[in-house]
This record gives sequence, structure tokens and C-alpha cells, in this order.
Amino acid sequence: MPNHNTEKQWTPKIVAFFCNWCTYTAADLAGVSRIKHAPNIRVIRVMCSGRVDPQFLLDAFAKGADGVLIGGCHPGDCHYIEGNYKCLRRFQLLQKMTTDMGIEPDRLRLEWISASEGDKVRVVVNDMVSKVTKLGPLGLPDKFKSWDEEMKIFEHSIEEKEVFEHV
Amino acid sequence: MEKKNGQIRIGFYICHCGSNIASMVDVAKVSEYAASLPNVVVSKDYKYMCSDPGQEMIINDIKENNLTRVVVAACSPFLHENTFRNATFQGGLNQFYFQMVNTREHNAWVHLEAMATTEKALDLVRAAIYRVAEHKPLERKKVPIHPDVLVLGGGIAGIHSALTLANAGKKVYLVEREPTIGGHMAMFDKTFPTLDCAACILTPKMSAVKNHPNIVLWTYAEIVGLDGFVGSYKAKIKHKPRYIIEELCVGCNDCIEACVYKEARFLDEFNQGLSKRKPVYMPFPQATPQIVLIDPETCIHFKSAKCSQTCVTSCERNAVDLQQQPRFEEIEVGTVIVATGFKPVDARKVPYYGYGNFPGVYTALEVERLINASGPTQGEVVLRDGSHPKTIGIVHCVGSRDKHTNQWCSRVCCLYSVKLAHLLKEHTGADIYNFYIDMRTPGKMMEEFYNRIAEEGMKFIRGRVADIYPDRDDPQRKRLIVKAEDTLIQEIIKIPVDMVVLSTGLEPREDAQEVRRMLNITCSTEGFYIERHPKLAPVNTFTDGIFLAGCCQGPKDIPDTVAQAGAAAAEVLALIDKGYIEIEPNTAYINEEECSGCKSCVPLCPYTAISYIEEKKKAFINEALCKGCGTCVAACPSGSIIQNLFEDEEIFSEIEGILNFRNIQREMSYA
Repeated sequence: MPNHNTEKQWTPKIVAFFCNWCTYTAADLAGVSRIKHAPNIRVIRVMCSGRVDPQFLLDAFAKGADGVLIGGCHPGDCHYIEGNYKCLRRFQLLQKMTTDMGIEPDRLRLEWISASEGDKVRVVVNDMVSKVTKLGPLGLPDKFKSWDEEMKIFEHSIEEKEVFEHV
Repeated sequence: MEKKNGQIRIGFYICHCGSNIASMVDVAKVSEYAASLPNVVVSKDYKYMCSDPGQEMIINDIKENNLTRVVVAACSPFLHENTFRNATFQGGLNQFYFQMVNTREHNAWVHLEAMATTEKALDLVRAAIYRVAEHKPLERKKVPIHPDVLVLGGGIAGIHSALTLANAGKKVYLVEREPTIGGHMAMFDKTFPTLDCAACILTPKMSAVKNHPNIVLWTYAEIVGLDGFVGSYKAKIKHKPRYIIEELCVGCNDCIEACVYKEARFLDEFNQGLSKRKPVYMPFPQATPQIVLIDPETCIHFKSAKCSQTCVTSCERNAVDLQQQPRFEEIEVGTVIVATGFKPVDARKVPYYGYGNFPGVYTALEVERLINASGPTQGEVVLRDGSHPKTIGIVHCVGSRDKHTNQWCSRVCCLYSVKLAHLLKEHTGADIYNFYIDMRTPGKMMEEFYNRIAEEGMKFIRGRVADIYPDRDDPQRKRLIVKAEDTLIQEIIKIPVDMVVLSTGLEPREDAQEVRRMLNITCSTEGFYIERHPKLAPVNTFTDGIFLAGCCQGPKDIPDTVAQAGAAAAEVLALIDKGYIEIEPNTAYINEEECSGCKSCVPLCPYTAISYIEEKKKAFINEALCKGCGTCVAACPSGSIIQNLFEDEEIFSEIEGILNFRNIQREMSYA
């Protein structure tokens, strides 16, 4: 059993948001065609990549994802005309922000995969898994814990100081 | 997620799918694990969840255990989501109190290691169990369906679909891009395996289309836009100018006689350029409708405006209108059948076969015309140099089964090559050599047909032709040498022939991608449209209300095309006769209490479903216009837009479920 986030063999956990019409269908096609790929992604189905709220990505990182992948229809092919463009706009902004926060850009990825591109699912997933594996665990939940600890100590020291000053 | 809400009682089921899932996922382990998750009351694994006993199990469990939610881990929701929603409903629950886990296509079928696959299944199952707790009861909205049908393409597929629907009393718009219906089948001489003449079986159907009171036939027209959704599509049709007023033309051909060109001098498209036509012409004698047209590319009037316009003056009915402009028309239909057909591979793509260089090399479609009694030579097989062939080589798989052109087998070429061998033998008495890779003759009566023709003294050589070049030893006869390896005797052979027939494969039309975008359907990278499911929904597309028929979906012969066209018509009838369509309730709505009236969402909606109500200072979503993409939901800064079935809480709990894996290691011990 590969044991996540512990001393044993670590493998990344990647949360994927796939649009119903193109990329989710492509992943189905990969299945029907038995195109083998890395087992590290967990797909959440959304109707359109435009539905992917930046909060979903941040939440996924915060809850322990090592990478987040968004899959949508190719530009010009969106089932809802232009949802993928809106996703792209948000994505670029968000990637800047997460990079500034210290999350490596390779951990957040947007790919256009059409319903017929079962093999592209394999290529993208394998590539992302290998890149994120090289980066190592992101482990935000543990970091949050240690930051909370630090904050407690910090607050405690302030309290002590305040008490001291009062005296 | 430790809440054990007494209200929520989840039944969890994992399907073995025979061994499809069970061979890679430890289903017993998953079911045991699911039982330990919050709110789960029942957790079972079963061989085939989609079978009757599987569904019965869900229904009974709901009743016996007072379940309020159902989760099934099985195949893709595209396959059986509706099956299980229905079972949930049968059990007495709202059908949307159900969530499906894709553990076959997305999991068991694509990974190699059982341990990792099982672990992924656990994550996905936990996500679904967390998610389903947040589900709300929803109702499918019923919308009326427009009973009219649009059929795109007037080949045998479109014709058969249109007639089937029209005979059932439905109004059909049949739109054909060319000036006549009939498609490729109208060009063929005889059809395999029965050798009945294509025209004899097709032309009665063509005139039936023309005369059917329920069919509106628009030729020389094409679709330029499609809006809407199943039940109410708006299609924009462009009528290209024929320069003939269609209602007035009776097809008397007087204008053709009167044309200032006394001789026909332009390549005739229908006869594959083997004969000539005038700028004003009838595509072929049995063209339907019988309306001539003027080709502006070759007509003097359009090129120089210095024509005496004898066609105009010759027409007693004043049907010639050289000022005609394209005309656009918008129609409302409920469903669309796409039957746009194929195109033969351009034989020039295989340059070493010399098509276009050596006059003795023909494509199969050219030969169809050459041996056709109404073709350019009235059925006499005369070569371009005027001679009659004594030896003929037929080269199979031109542009098929070849990674340099197309990888797929075009399915019909072996059999039409055998047919052409028979017909050419009949017409010329020549020696005929078939060069094949494999003889592929599936289908009823096909192998028998091949055996019968093979006994007529045809020579079959198993080997792909490597080269075709002029016979330099015999310059007078202008013969060609066909060089191939006979793989059965493992020798390179060179056979001199007078005529080469290239059995070109079938490929998608050039504008397949463009049409796909317009109709919002999917096609493979090569350009054939993708059916919803290769076995269980072979004529449906992923877009509801749009169906496929014929070779636009993949190469097939006439019997299969007609069968598929009938199936598409039946699917359309099933929709129309129900009278209404149930649509997914995944639309969005505004929580007015939260909405701050910032208007961020208003310009985002591609369907202009969102408006801003001044009096209330709130946004408003018109549910009838909303298609449920969720783009506005993701953009709302105050989180006050909610998408049914994809609510923020539902997706957040799915994320939480996926990532709450730390507990597994403690709870699960793998031997």
C-alpha cells in the first residue's frame, strides 16, 4: 500500500476538474480504449470548465491536494460557447496568485482535451504526475497546523508581554 | 466530516461489472470501507448493479432501511446514471438523491496496479458519499418538443431518414448542399452483393422525397447556424443562388440548348470529370429536383457580363434570373439528423500510384460512372486514349490501412472492388487482377458474393502495390506496370496492365470540423462524428436531439447506412411522440437575499439569461434561457448564485471527500 504523506513511498494526489462534454468524455474514452495512465488523479465532474470556481482550487490545495488539473474543451469548441475562455482568464490570474503564495506553477494546470483525445488524457496526467512527484508533497494541511502552532506561541508571547506591561 | 445526521441514510453499492471492475478493485474492501463512512447505513457489492436484481436491491433497500440517499460505484454516469436515478425514484426517493462513482472507465480500465486502483476507488467513493449528503431534491423540467425535424444531407441516409419520418406524419426539412439529392449512391452503377442497379433502387426513393407532402426539400442549400436545444432548435439555412427561379423551372432543358456555348466544355462533376457540361446544366438526367442551375465560375455572363443571355430569352417561363442572390431562411425544429456523408480519399495522396499523371489510372468512382449505362460513355469502357482495356489491375486499400494516409479500414472497398472486377469483366472481357492486403467481406451474403465472383476467373494477388509506372519496353501500347509483392509466394511480381483502378477509401468531408462546431457535436481527430455510445447509443450524439446516420459517423455500406438512418428516425420519433422533453435541472438561480447587485454575472452569460432588475437592485436568471454551464456561479463574488446539481457545497464536499484520505491508512489495513 503506497502510504501517502508518510515516510513510505509517497505519490502525489491530484484533484482534477473535468468538463462534462470534452475532457470527462475523453477520460471515458481513455477507459473504453484501455489507455493506461497514472492512478493519481481524482476527477470531479463539472458541466463546464467555466464552473470551476477559483475557490475550488484553493480549497483542494488547502485540504491536501498536491496538484490541481482543470480540463476543458479546446478554444472555440466549448459546449457553452465560451465558458472555457472564462476559465482561462481566471486560471491565469489564479496561477499568478498561487505562485506568489509559494505554490509552484506546475501544481496548477489547465489543459484543453477534446472528447476524442483519450490519449491526451494519458499524456497530460502522466506528465503532471511526474512533475508534481519531482516537486514533492505540498502538504498544506500540515503546514497550516504548524502555522497555527506558531500563531499560538506568538499570541501567547504577546499576551505575556501585555500582562507584563500591565504590571 | 463527522456529522452523523439522522436524517441522512445512505445506501452504497459497488458493482463488480462481471470482472471488469472486480479484477482491479477490491470491491469487498471498498464496500466494507464505505460502511464505516458517515451516514452510510447499507453497503453492498454485487455482480451487475445495472441488472434487474441489482436495481431491485436498491429499491428494496430504500424501503426496508429507510434510505434517503443512494450512491452507486460502477461505470461512467454517461452509461447508467439514468438507470440508477430511476431505481432511486422507484424506491420512493427523489431521483436526484443519487450520486454515481465512475470506477470503471476512470479507474479499473485505465490503471495497472490493483492496490492503487482500489485506493483511488476509496477516494472517489468517499467523495460521492460526502457529496450525496448535500444533494437537494430537484424536478426535471418538461418542455414541449417541436415536432418538425431537420435532416442534413440528401444521400441515401438522409433520404431514408426523411421518408421514414414523413411516413410517420412528421414534417421534415431535408437540406442538401448539392443541386440534387442522391449523394454518392446515385453515382454508383450496381451495388454489392445483389448486383441490383443503384439507380433502380434509389431513384424511386428520390422522387418519393420530392413528392412527399410532409417533406420540404431544399437542394443547393446548407445550414449556416444552429441555436437552441433539444425540442426547440432554430436553424439558419442558406439557399445558394442557382440563378434559376426554382418554382418556375420545369426541367425542360431549353436553356441548356440555347446556351451561347454550342459545345459542352466544362468538366462534369457528377461524371467525375469524364464528360463535359455547359455553364447551365442539369446535374444528371434523374436529378431530383429536376431544376437546372448556372455555374457562375464558367458562365460568360458572370465572368465578363458580355453574354447575349440566350438562356434567359429561351426560357418560356422566365425562370432564369441572373441577379439571384443567396437567400437565408430560419426554421424551427425539435430534432436534427446529421447525414452529411463522406468523401472518397483523393487518390493523389498516394503519388506513387500515378493518379493524375498516367491517363490509364482511374479511381473507383470514375469507373462506376464509366460502366454506368447513363454515364459519359453509355457504359462502354473506353480509356482516356480511346482504347479498350485488355488487362485491368484493381488496387485495394488506397488511402486506407496506411499510416501515411488513413489508418482505418474503409469497410466497403474490398467488396466494391470485387463488384467492379465482375462488372469490368462483363463489360470488357479483360483479364482482371485484384491486389489486396486482406479480403474483408463481413456481412450477410458478402463472403458468398466474393466466392462467386472469384470463380469467374479473377486473379487475386495478396500484396500491397508498391509502384505503378509506364511500361518502357512497349511504348506503343502505353501500358502500365503494377509492381507488388505476392506475399503468398513471396515474390516480387510486375504485371503489365492497360487500366488501373484505385479502390479509394472513405474519409470525412473537409468541413466535418466546421459542421461539428456549428451543431455542437463531437468528432474524432480524423473527423468522423462520435456517437454517444458505440454499442448502446450508436445514432445519438452527446448533444440531445441531434442524431447521426450514414458515413458521417464512419465508413459503412448501403445496408448498414439504411439501417442506421432508420434507427435515427426511430430515435427522433420516440422523442417527438412523447410530446415533451425532460431536461436536466442543472440550471442556476439567484439567492436574492445574498445578491449585492454588483452585476458581475450579467455580461458573463453567453445566453443572455441574466438580467438586472433595477427596482430590486438584484440580478435575475431566466431559467428558460439558462443552459446550466455554471460560469456565473463561479464568478459571483458573494456566492449568491446557486447551480442545481452542482452547488458549491456539493463540490466542496466532493473535494473534501477525495482528500480526506489520511484516515484510510488508520482505518484500513492492507494485508
